[in-house]
Amino acid sequence: MSDAYIVGVDMIKFGRFPEKTVPQIGAESALMALDDCGLTIQDMEALYCGNLGQASGMVGQRMLQQIGQTGIPVVNVSNACATGATAFREAWASVKAGLYDCVLAVGVEQMGKGLLGGAGAATGIPKEGLLGSGTMPAVFAEAGMEHTNKYGTTFEQFAKVSVKNHHHSTMNPKAMYQIETPLETVMNAEMISYPNTKLMCSVNVDGSAAAVICSESKAKELGLMSRAVKVRASVLTSDPWQERDLVMPDVNSCTRKAAAAAYEMAGLGPDDIDLIELHDCFATAEILHYENLGLCGDGEAGRLIDDGEVALGGRIPVNVSGGLLSKGHPLGATGIANIYEVTTHLRGEAGERQVEGARIGLTHVIGLGSACGIHILEKT
Amino acid sequence: MSEQPLPVVEYLKVPENGDPYLEGYKCDACGATFLGERSVCSKCGARDQMSTVTLPNSGKLYSYCIVHRSFPGIDVPYISAIVDLDDGTAIKGNLINIEPDPEQIEFGMAVDVVFDDALGRKDKEGNSYLSYFFQPANG
Repeated sequence: MSDAYIVGVDMIKFGRFPEKTVPQIGAESALMALDDCGLTIQDMEALYCGNLGQASGMVGQRMLQQIGQTGIPVVNVSNACATGATAFREAWASVKAGLYDCVLAVGVEQMGKGLLGGAGAATGIPKEGLLGSGTMPAVFAEAGMEHTNKYGTTFEQFAKVSVKNHHHSTMNPKAMYQIETPLETVMNAEMISYPNTKLMCSVNVDGSAAAVICSESKAKELGLMSRAVKVRASVLTSDPWQERDLVMPDVNSCTRKAAAAAYEMAGLGPDDIDLIELHDCFATAEILHYENLGLCGDGEAGRLIDDGEVALGGRIPVNVSGGLLSKGHPLGATGIANIYEVTTHLRGEAGERQVEGARIGLTHVIGLGSACGIHILEKT
Repeated sequence: MSEQPLPVVEYLKVPENGDPYLEGYKCDACGATFLGERSVCSKCGARDQMSTVTLPNSGKLYSYCIVHRSFPGIDVPYISAIVDLDDGTAIKGNLINIEPDPEQIEFGMAVDVVFDDALGRKDKEGNSYLSYFFQPANG
């Protein structure tokens, strides 16, 4: 099978665009990704479009109505917060399978403000605040407190994740926010669900990101290899059965399963990775994924953040984009925005936040329910 | 409108005579337990091996968070808790009768399942509901 390469990729600056439609927001990054490699919509043989909020709304086709209706097959994808990664993976798979030589993947989302999850009941009475909480900050607080129970991880250690990612975002002009948040600011922010304060929750934003994927032969034919980034591994998992998963959505075992498969597919291990964009939907979640992705042993994640190993300039920089915590988290776009970030570093084009000498990077997203998507990318 | 309070979830049983209780489904093939009716085991895939079990009214606190921001009309702060019942079944609910303060809450603490009115919440028909809660075990 031919290798598949990212030849064009981009994202819009995340923000709030209530005056635009979802297809309009998606069209922007689609055109930017095409421009990034100098191709046109006429060169695309298929479109894989990820969006959650209008999952039944044919977003991909409506986006083509904005940028060029060429009659290509369109697959609309919805997979919770793994939606963008799933759309990218479907695009990758179509090239790997030899169906197409050049395809487009787009992730797009338009979000409201406020709490996600835990909404009203279809029948009977609302259960929120009666049978615990189903809000996302609470669910991920409970996942973090499981780590506290096992290893003694502290509120301060969780908060340090947010300090780090907000610092990183000051160097990313495409992030929603570019604001330093010192430790005391993070810890004294409004408590949402202990131990997650408001600054430890990802930002609901509108955004889109897109990637053009080519077969190796096509990329060579088009003369696009100099900035092309190889997809070394693409893995998608669902959550295997766990004893508590009916009451505690499990983001750990699906990540561990995906990481093991991705490292095997790429023929490398966590020590070979130069940077990681992982799913920091809440500060508590990032701590869990240091261990889930094998960056350290079980129980060592608190030390990793304390020692600065995961900061820019550290042993294995994590979320140098600012992460979902500060760059923002437009659900369906996040999986491709992460791929944009890693690709930009591997190309050596990340400016002030560039991870020096980065050659191999990993992206990770989790869709609660659950889905985990991992990609390993390499500049050859 | 029902004379008796209705159960807040289907796995809470309210017999006409006798005390309310939580009911689980247990796979006779692999032993996994579930909240809510099912015919196929999602752990081992066995079909038609499910039988109902009465869940114990005691367990240990496995994880929790303290909810300070919720939806309008919901009293905060409160403790959202994950409890491992004594038979291993995991269940989620509010932990009550303890300060919502991490200094006061200990992982592994023994808790009892208690049954009470669902915080005064009623459905559109005006029916009252019975819910379950966790509280620190006595003694």
